[in-house]
Amino acid sequence: MTVSVLDFVPIWTLLLGLAVFFYVLLDGFDLGVGILYRFAPDRRSRDLIMNSIAPIWDGNETWLVFGGLGLLGAFPLAFAIIIPAVYFPILIMLLALIFRGVAFEFRYRDAEHMTFWDHAFAWGSLVATFAQGIVLGAFIQGFHVQGRAFVGSSFDCFTPFSLFTGIGLVFGYGLLGAGWLIIKTEGDLQNLAREQGRWCFAGVLISIAVVSIWTPILDPGIAHRWFSWPDIAFLSPVPVITAILAWLEWRALRSSSETGPFACAVGLFVLSFIGIAISLWPMIVPHHFTLWQAASPDRTQAFLLVGTLFLLPVILMYSGWSYWVFRGKVRADIGYH
Amino acid sequence: MSLDPVLLSRVQFVWVIAWHILLPAFTVGSASYIAVLEALHFGTSRTVYLRLSMFWTKIFAVCFGMGVVSGIVMPFQFGTNWSRYADATSGVLAPLFAYEGLTAFFLEAAFLGVLLFGRRLVPAWAHLVAAVMVAAGTLFSSFWILAANSWMQTPAGYAVVDGRFVSVDWWQVIFNPSFPYRLAHTVVGFYITTAFIVLGVGATMVRGRRFIDEARTMMSMALSLLIVLVPLQIFIGDQHGLNTLEHQPAKLAAIEAHWETGSRVPLILFALPDQAKADNDFVLEVPLIGSLILTHHVDGVVRGLKEFPRDQWPPVAIPFFAFRIMVGLGLLMLAVVVVGWILRLTGRLFAATWYLRVCVWVAPVGFLAVLAGWTTTEVGRQPWTVYGLLRTADSVSPSLTGADVLLSLLGYMVVYLIMFPTGYVMMRRLVRRGFVEIDIDEPPVASGRPVRPVEALPGSHGGSGA
Repeated sequence: MTVSVLDFVPIWTLLLGLAVFFYVLLDGFDLGVGILYRFAPDRRSRDLIMNSIAPIWDGNETWLVFGGLGLLGAFPLAFAIIIPAVYFPILIMLLALIFRGVAFEFRYRDAEHMTFWDHAFAWGSLVATFAQGIVLGAFIQGFHVQGRAFVGSSFDCFTPFSLFTGIGLVFGYGLLGAGWLIIKTEGDLQNLAREQGRWCFAGVLISIAVVSIWTPILDPGIAHRWFSWPDIAFLSPVPVITAILAWLEWRALRSSSETGPFACAVGLFVLSFIGIAISLWPMIVPHHFTLWQAASPDRTQAFLLVGTLFLLPVILMYSGWSYWVFRGKVRADIGYH
Repeated sequence: MSLDPVLLSRVQFVWVIAWHILLPAFTVGSASYIAVLEALHFGTSRTVYLRLSMFWTKIFAVCFGMGVVSGIVMPFQFGTNWSRYADATSGVLAPLFAYEGLTAFFLEAAFLGVLLFGRRLVPAWAHLVAAVMVAAGTLFSSFWILAANSWMQTPAGYAVVDGRFVSVDWWQVIFNPSFPYRLAHTVVGFYITTAFIVLGVGATMVRGRRFIDEARTMMSMALSLLIVLVPLQIFIGDQHGLNTLEHQPAKLAAIEAHWETGSRVPLILFALPDQAKADNDFVLEVPLIGSLILTHHVDGVVRGLKEFPRDQWPPVAIPFFAFRIMVGLGLLMLAVVVVGWILRLTGRLFAATWYLRVCVWVAPVGFLAVLAGWTTTEVGRQPWTVYGLLRTADSVSPSLTGADVLLSLLGYMVVYLIMFPTGYVMMRRLVRRGFVEIDIDEPPVASGRPVRPVEALPGSHGGSGA
């Protein structure tokens, strides 16, 4: 295959963006539920919170694997540069995900170590989220690259900016988690989730604001993209809609709306995601390689695309079915004893 | 001694994959076993199959959870520690890994929830479908991951452009020369591993005179499967060996510790291979049999390691001994199964206490054989990641220092040494409890919400969830 009529890069950009977004949304809310888990007042609440995500967390985390492998398949150069550059955040994330993942099973089986695995679940969720936030911050800042490889130190990724995005993501996932718990629980537990949602929302607002100011200061290219005329006019809907969503989220958290807080949190994530995409486009390794330069050969992208376009709708269908099976309020006190 | 990032990265990969492979070794087999039990219950309505399915599903759930989290670690190893390998091979291998995710992981994850928590929420047939889908997922996963692994052993259907591999024929990439043999050998090995666990657990219960119905069914089902699969596995293994002789002669020479090329070569039963002087000490061998087994002809020519440049030799002792351990365990398994059938046909199977004890002792034998076989094939591939084309030393991430990798290796060691023993203790406790808490008439969970992720264990935490 020498000349290709079709350019697969935009399709893969879209698909990969979708995969990453699904991951952030889905594992985001169950990691968020894990972050809030420590504040549950008693054993019964902890059971409820755990039950609200136990049947679905595994599928949610699968998007991480698909996102990683999709990056490897479609933009291997980006994978080969970015992943070693964030060696330790990835390590920390993986180890934290291990603790949190096995806690679902171990917590119930291991009666003597109940408290240990409860803590493992909560800390695992928090640390994994923080590490993912560091990866995001480091990615936006960019890496030392020579040729086709990352040549900096494995500790370069720990900067004030990346630590801040780490904290910001903890609030973000916390907000998603609170939104999920508002949907799945009732009464006191739901009220608690609303209150937690408000705290997380405050953290999210501050994080979005600080990152929006800090990023253009760090990177003149990004500043130029957002603030030069006429771009500023075209891009102004992004901050405006974000502000509207923030206002709606605040109202939803203070009202009796059950789906509003989650829906608006998803909206805020969409807008933040679009914001980052606008800042970095068309680079996949900031300052070094565009999506096209990092792309795998046409044959690889085409071979993977055929199956993906067929399988993704099927996956979405049966994953949706499994969500449907476990729909409604989660209850811990029915059918036992 | 300075810290070598290549060596440490290899140790780290061995550490994370050796632990991880134990889980699919059991979950691939047990997922199929659960699907069979569910189908038998669906077809016959005999409750013993339902109780067995519920019992093994609990153990499966613990294993599967550990398999998921230790499996997520694996693809990231390619990026963190082996980025040059990832850059060079992704054009060929990445779609295979990605298809594993698309066809297997999503399938398993989505239907696992229904299998574990949904028995009362969906119709019986839908629950059966969920069990079958989870089993299918584990097999799809084996298909893709072994296709990728086999391509690294016997690359085909590729071209090299700018130092990177690109595919020219996907069919040849996937169905590369060693793939059918490796797939059959591995999956049959996983089934055998599971069957020996089921046999051992059944034997424990028969010995303890508990849950006799279930225990006898377990032992009978396991022995029935094993009498077919163990001889089949020995045949497949032999065919796999012929394939290795053809495509990876240096690896085969290392496995057999053959330094010189020759015909009518002996079968070396034991030796201490000495890599430096390219010879063996303390040799115990049987004349002619080596050629007969390896080539199926007494006069067959077997190439020795000295035909290959020294810098392309694998470390001989490791595949040599690992292979002998694997074959020895295979013969042990065959003996256990044959004796079991003799006892069974003479009606003494459940009364022969000594045999029941043997079954308990050999329960983990499949895991050891899987590890030994995997060590043989992977160490035998050295010094290459892609056989004959990409060296392991040229595969590692250039930015890593030895200290970086030492730190991450220690992290994986600590965490795995917490997770795996805990999981083992938990599964052993489930086996000890047996069928005490398996209550097929438990009240339906109203309005579709699981009581607990898996049925609570009364007594372990005092019904505090109620």
